[in-house]
Amino acid sequence: MFFEYDPVLYSRILTYATLGFHVIFATIGVGIPLMIAIAEWMGIKRNDPHYTLLARRWARGFVITVAIGVVTGTAMGLQLSLLWPNFMQTAGHTIGLPMFMEAFAFFFEAIFLGIYLYTWDRFKSQMKHFLLVIPVVIGATASAFFITTVNAFMNMPQGFEMIDGVISSVNPLEAMFNPATPTKVSHVIITCYLTAAFVLGAIAAVRILKGNKSAYHKKALHLTMVTGAVFAIGTALVGDLSGKYLHEYQPEKLAAAEWHFETETHAPLILGGFLDSDNEVRFALEIPYALSILAGGTPGTEVTGLNDFDPNDLPPLWVHYFFDSMVFIGMFLAFTSILFVFMNWKKGWNPFNRPLMMMVVAGGPLSILAIQSGWIFAEVGRQPWILNGFMRTSEGATTSQHVDIMLYLFLTLYAVLGITCIVVLRKMFNRNPVEREMEKRGIDNQEIE
Amino acid sequence: MTYEIVGITVLWTFLYGYLIVASIDFGAGFFSYYSKRTKKNHVIHHIIQRYLSPVWEVTNVFLVFFFIGIVGFFPETAYYYGTALLIPGSVAIILLAIRGSYYAFATYGSKESNFFSFLYGATGLLIPASLTTVLTISEGGYISQESGNVELLYGELFSSPYSWGVVILAIVSVLFISASFLTYYASRAKDEKALELLRRYALTWAAPSIIMGMIVFYLLGEQNPTHFASMLDLWWMFAISFVAFAVATFFIWKRRNYGTAFILVCVQFFAAFFAYGASHLPYLLYPYLTIYDGFTNETMAIALIAAFIAGLLLLLPSLYLLMRLFLFDADYVEGRK
Repeated sequence: MFFEYDPVLYSRILTYATLGFHVIFATIGVGIPLMIAIAEWMGIKRNDPHYTLLARRWARGFVITVAIGVVTGTAMGLQLSLLWPNFMQTAGHTIGLPMFMEAFAFFFEAIFLGIYLYTWDRFKSQMKHFLLVIPVVIGATASAFFITTVNAFMNMPQGFEMIDGVISSVNPLEAMFNPATPTKVSHVIITCYLTAAFVLGAIAAVRILKGNKSAYHKKALHLTMVTGAVFAIGTALVGDLSGKYLHEYQPEKLAAAEWHFETETHAPLILGGFLDSDNEVRFALEIPYALSILAGGTPGTEVTGLNDFDPNDLPPLWVHYFFDSMVFIGMFLAFTSILFVFMNWKKGWNPFNRPLMMMVVAGGPLSILAIQSGWIFAEVGRQPWILNGFMRTSEGATTSQHVDIMLYLFLTLYAVLGITCIVVLRKMFNRNPVEREMEKRGIDNQEIE
Repeated sequence: MTYEIVGITVLWTFLYGYLIVASIDFGAGFFSYYSKRTKKNHVIHHIIQRYLSPVWEVTNVFLVFFFIGIVGFFPETAYYYGTALLIPGSVAIILLAIRGSYYAFATYGSKESNFFSFLYGATGLLIPASLTTVLTISEGGYISQESGNVELLYGELFSSPYSWGVVILAIVSVLFISASFLTYYASRAKDEKALELLRRYALTWAAPSIIMGMIVFYLLGEQNPTHFASMLDLWWMFAISFVAFAVATFFIWKRRNYGTAFILVCVQFFAAFFAYGASHLPYLLYPYLTIYDGFTNETMAIALIAAFIAGLLLLLPSLYLLMRLFLFDADYVEGRK
């Protein structure tokens, strides 16, 4: 590489590579079980085999992504100790509990996912089989919950005392339920659902764009967009609460995200733009008072500016770009799904028109991009701390001399896994198109103009 | 019993659970590939697939449990093992990742691929080999600690007869455990041909596994005399292990009681594994780290044990359901479901 070997830098890059890759599969891994459950439920309630088939086909593709989610999650779990031994030595005293419980939730999910996948035709009552997906949904969401509390703790460490680098008076529950936990956890979980809805919606929209008129795809799109709209509104509400959390507990992160230099009331929100070499904001759109309202609910809220912090404690200012990408995409997803629901509701309007379908298709990859941006903003936004206010990232890293080789090895691995995943999924569904499966199962394939 | 002992017992039990379920899985991958090469694939392929498909993900969790649990109970281990094991640990992760994902690709995704099953078979033997590094270095003599820097001595590790002994022991044990389980599974499925082949595999690997066990026992005496001495105090547990092995092999040889035989194989490894673990105490990493100086605070220990009990109340019924549906359900095992 082009820079000198530094285990801290390489450990950060490798951790990002693993987490960045894992979070794609983890996100849809949390969201898709819920969508499968809803589809199967609709199939039973409306006695409509299209929905049941939808659940079946989603579940089949889901297994492939789960496999990658599991193996990269295992990698992340081990890498925490391998790359950040000094951090784990210290923080292990407080985050052991949620990590342990995450493993339990994962165990629970793994058991029932195995059962669910292999019992489609085993029970007489469809309801029995539906009940098996409930523990999968609970397990997936619970593991997101527990692991996010660990991340919340790193942002807002509490529940212990640190005396000369030694941790004492630990209270594991206080550490778990820190002020960052409510907003972080709800934001993570609801965006997982939103992303899964859009990824699945995009698949249906692609088929419709290609001229497929089967009612199956239209039902899929309707289901995903209705749920998507609900989750998008939820995301916006939680996002607002997250802003208030940041204002109160991590003002430097909020200030960096918003390029807010001077401490002031009636602070404007800055959208887009870029920062020149003199730290002047250029070409940005300013919304007056919006930052104060985001931070405290009233225009009179005083928002601390970057100039009031010790420069050594500030994150890099480029996190603004990631913050904005996340917010823009979030708004785009909300707009698209609400527009679809609205047009579908109005009699005589065609919600399956070409431009809207193209927006839904774009929503799939964009939602994944928003997840990446959000996590990059959240994680880089708390630099230079690994334990905010307690331990610098550089103090937590390994001292080993071989992180660079490991980085190249893992990058290769993720590239191979990612490519094979796409190839396998494409083959799986192209070889067995839904029309053929409907014919085989004796399901009527209605076509709707 | 102190919290330290409870903690290490919980973790050791999970590691034992992993040893059994992962061995079945790893061995199955190898046998599946080997039988393919020897054109006997059709005989055992279905048996293996029918067992593995619903459980492959569960196997992985046992390992996750162990390494999350050990950092929870003994955070100090993260510092020593984490720093020293960067390379072997990463290699193990990569192998596990290839194995797990390619299993799913091959089973649920595209059609049978020779390359996928080669990866699956090969990693099945390499993973146990790479994971045993942890057990090997725990004996001491493979790690240096100078001016606060922990380093793994690769020269020592690769030139040591003990470390190679452990690797071979791990591989032959994997094959023996797996074959004895699959023999039982085939007998439940009333699949005579598969039973014959798997029974032969089990008998083939019986002797090597017990002989390697004895060789490693001897080599450990050279590597770590203190540990060896306390192992001798627990000689009766090794005796139980040997008797269980002998009876299990006898049953398989006589073509009867395959279920009991597999349980006895579990007993064999349980006794040896716990005797090894108990005599290793109080050291987690000889001579740097004991379970006492690496232990977490008391509040966390109580919380972890409480979480563990609550978790078990949830898991045991679920695991029972899984086994009833896929292991003890005659129709499923025989392939009628």
